[in-house]
Amino acid sequence: MKKVYSRILRIVGNVITVKAEDVQYEELAEVSTSFGKSLAQVIRLSDDEVNLQVFAGGRGISTGDEVRFLGHPMQVGFSENLLGRIFTGSGKPRDNGPAITENLIEVGGPSVNPAKRIIPKNMVRTNIPMIDVFNSLVESQKIPIFSVSGEPYNELLARIALQAEVDMIVLGGIGLKFDEYLYFKNTLEEGGALSRTICFIHTASDPTVEGLMVPDLALAVAEKFALQGKRVFCLLTDMTNFANAMKEIAITMEQVPSNRGYPGDLYSQLAKRYERAVDFDGAGSLTTLAVTTMPGDDVTHPVPDNTGYITEGQFYLKNGRIEPFGSLSRLKQQVNKDSREDHRAIMDGMIQIYASFKETEEKKSMGFRMSAWDRKLIKYGNLFEDKMMALTVNIPLEKALDRGWEILAECFSKEETGLRTELINKFWPKN
Amino acid sequence: MKKKENIGKIVAINGNMITVEFTENIRQNEVAYALLGEERLKSEVIRIKNNRAELQVYEETRGLKVGTEVEFSGEMLTVELGPGLLTQIYDGLQNPLPEIAEKCGFFLPKGLNLHALDMEKKWEFDPCVKVGDSVSAGHFIGSVPEGLFKHSIMIPFYLTEKYTVEEIVSSGSYAVKDIVAKIKDESGKVFDIQMYFEWPVRISVTAYKQRLQPVESLVTRIRLIDTLFPVAKGGTYCIPGPFGAGKTVLQQITSRHAEVDIVLIAACGERAGEVVETLREFPEIEDPRTGKPLMERTIIICNTSSMPVSARESSVYTAITMAEYYRQMGLNVLLLADSTSRWAQAMREISGRLEEIPGEEAFPAYLESRIAAFYERAGLVELYNGEKGSVTVGGTVSPAGGNFEEPVTQGTLKVVGAFHGLSRDRSNARRYPSIDPLESWSKYPSFIDIEKIKKARAILFRGNEVDQMMKVVGEEGTSIDDYIIYLKSEYFDFVYLQQNAFDEVDAATVKERQIHVFDFIIEVLSSEFKFRDKDHARNFFQTLRQMCIDWNFIAWETDEFKNQEEKIRKAVDEVNKNEKSV
Repeated sequence: MKKVYSRILRIVGNVITVKAEDVQYEELAEVSTSFGKSLAQVIRLSDDEVNLQVFAGGRGISTGDEVRFLGHPMQVGFSENLLGRIFTGSGKPRDNGPAITENLIEVGGPSVNPAKRIIPKNMVRTNIPMIDVFNSLVESQKIPIFSVSGEPYNELLARIALQAEVDMIVLGGIGLKFDEYLYFKNTLEEGGALSRTICFIHTASDPTVEGLMVPDLALAVAEKFALQGKRVFCLLTDMTNFANAMKEIAITMEQVPSNRGYPGDLYSQLAKRYERAVDFDGAGSLTTLAVTTMPGDDVTHPVPDNTGYITEGQFYLKNGRIEPFGSLSRLKQQVNKDSREDHRAIMDGMIQIYASFKETEEKKSMGFRMSAWDRKLIKYGNLFEDKMMALTVNIPLEKALDRGWEILAECFSKEETGLRTELINKFWPKN
Repeated sequence: MKKKENIGKIVAINGNMITVEFTENIRQNEVAYALLGEERLKSEVIRIKNNRAELQVYEETRGLKVGTEVEFSGEMLTVELGPGLLTQIYDGLQNPLPEIAEKCGFFLPKGLNLHALDMEKKWEFDPCVKVGDSVSAGHFIGSVPEGLFKHSIMIPFYLTEKYTVEEIVSSGSYAVKDIVAKIKDESGKVFDIQMYFEWPVRISVTAYKQRLQPVESLVTRIRLIDTLFPVAKGGTYCIPGPFGAGKTVLQQITSRHAEVDIVLIAACGERAGEVVETLREFPEIEDPRTGKPLMERTIIICNTSSMPVSARESSVYTAITMAEYYRQMGLNVLLLADSTSRWAQAMREISGRLEEIPGEEAFPAYLESRIAAFYERAGLVELYNGEKGSVTVGGTVSPAGGNFEEPVTQGTLKVVGAFHGLSRDRSNARRYPSIDPLESWSKYPSFIDIEKIKKARAILFRGNEVDQMMKVVGEEGTSIDDYIIYLKSEYFDFVYLQQNAFDEVDAATVKERQIHVFDFIIEVLSSEFKFRDKDHARNFFQTLRQMCIDWNFIAWETDEFKNQEEKIRKAVDEVNKNEKSV
């Protein structure tokens, strides 16, 4: 039986310090306060002093409260019974169902051996042309949606998850507004997907530290299902909240901050989570879609910046559209060579011309006279935005490619497109 | 001779850093093992204060306690050097990943330390010295065939005195651990020589006659690099760029097509998926120059971003030590490190935990000197036998926010010989490779005539100026001569600088083809075209561009290639003729 300590030396923010012996690094403890029990995790050991971050926060903890060490790191129950259930950031039921205590698995375990990964090869069709044609989503990809607050990123996230054909969805919500949580719940229910979904939800009103465990819990469960051969989608929203929670703890622990107050290991911490996306050699796969809100639409902010270096591309959501500039799927080359022979040409060609359109638009706004070529570009740009970029467009890849050729033919002559002659001969609309 | 065990005890744990109390003597940078049950977690001493030492642990520290025992080894962090390194996939500490996968399944276990080389595999050893010969560090005593290469067996680099060969085995099969020779120093002490030895990764190998100036081009078959910003064998270059600008794709293409003997890929703190592409595809792709799979000339060192951060810090040293080892055999080695910023960040994380006074952006004050020391390990050298070998280092840099005014980029620019800066604007416009032709530079000579390059670059600069000007005064405010210069620079960019990495032919352009095509481009760029109006000029260049792009997709030295060239030349002649009559 583990000893109980009832003398808390320091309480700073959400971190408490006790004198204790024989404590493991990253071990869990239970803190009993007059408001109830909370979990806490060891984050630093120094001689006989133990620092713990308390999930329920430091508010109201008394120096005489009891701390009981549990002798194991964070765990989560794992079974088929998880499907359709909703939990909090510390893994407790949020839906009045029973707690899951059987078959406990470790959270944040070792990382996958690169030699046991395989090259992703399956396109995930979303019927959104800006994804399917221009930045294909690939099974086992890790990709965030970059967006400012107020954009419909959660709607997009839910739509992709519902339209993609996957075996199951694990949703991790960090700092979610309560109505957003209800939105997800209702959308998944209406889409008939709730029975194959597991939710770990930390809302904005819950203690900050609790949100820190959400990605780990969600990914640990998702990974286990993937190992059983399931194709799993893990949705994480919003990872900026997760990074901010880390920042809070780091500052409390008096760590030297590196950039705008974020800890120096922000990259490693984010990478540890995102890198769990995997296509197992001989088992299932785990695809991670996340949301990273960018404060002030600033892509150089440390959170989106570090995320961009980790993930395999990003979807950049702006003004209710997925912007072709700034959006990128690094894995698209794996799947767009076999989809249709004109896929790559349309993908690059249309964007190159769209870039010229953007320049012309700028010239136009400055009041310059438009040449014949400029007028063609403007016609093209408008068509492209309405018929391809709008999020309301919901068509399969092949239709979208055909539509691309139609738009080009409507605006340009063949050689003005800069596309390869053999493709033009084959796909240029005849009439 | 077995040393007395030197055991300390953990007194503090903070992330991947542990503080250990010790009683016996310990050495800075020595390796120690934290004993977590059966697991031995490798760590390295990085700071010593009184009777306490701070160690970075190369594994996750979860589960360690205050009081856990730590065993000091007395040795520094080393790698094994010998036949069998090629085709391997190692983690940052030279543990072979496929073997770990075989033993442990999907996940990377903690505290596993395996031999980097297969100790049992037999190699056909052929001696090249005889009893009585005098030898020293780096001298060849024989060789074994390793795939495409003759792998020379050398006197270990740490045996720096003069020795005479006492015994040498005859030709035959031996395992790397077998003793193939015995040598004696002047005082009569005898050393056993095996086919492999260990060398500390943080110390550079200097068992050669002298270092030379790198001048010969290393052909990467990327036109923009070879023509405008070349890399030399034994030189260094860096590729800074924001995320998504194509750093990794550029490195992958280089690793495939570069004309060198051996390529080391150090995936340092980057995505696992990218390494997987290389390690799954390279055994399948045939190297056109040798007819053998590319893997036969490749070593992968892979410490991806989710693997422990301290091992990331040492992985670049592991890689360059192996590169230096093969250089000692007179081979040309290319080390591609992706990304050096992750390595710098690893240093920052460790420095932060040590509570050192931070420098700019919290990077440690010694960042620049570490970067410089790393790149300085590249070089062209003359060996004792007169042969030459080289290590070329190409490192990517991932600057925060894509801003080159940050410590890692700036520290790197000071010490490299070529700078291939990637631009977000170019990659947004899908102009690949997105190396900025205006900002980048190289101090190495190109295989193309310098005067021609100057001419082409001048057009690029002028074209950019006109483009900027047009944004202010509009197209109608630009003279037709300026407009033609702009069109020429765009043409040069589209048909020569841009290259389609996913097309079989266009992905790699050999030296001869580059010289040939560039000559033609220069002709076009120096032609004094006269056009009726701007629309006419634009139409002509659009057509010309289309034909030249098609030309790029046609294989070199085929009839089709020549036909297309004639077609293009005819079009150019025609416009010259017609316009003169206008």
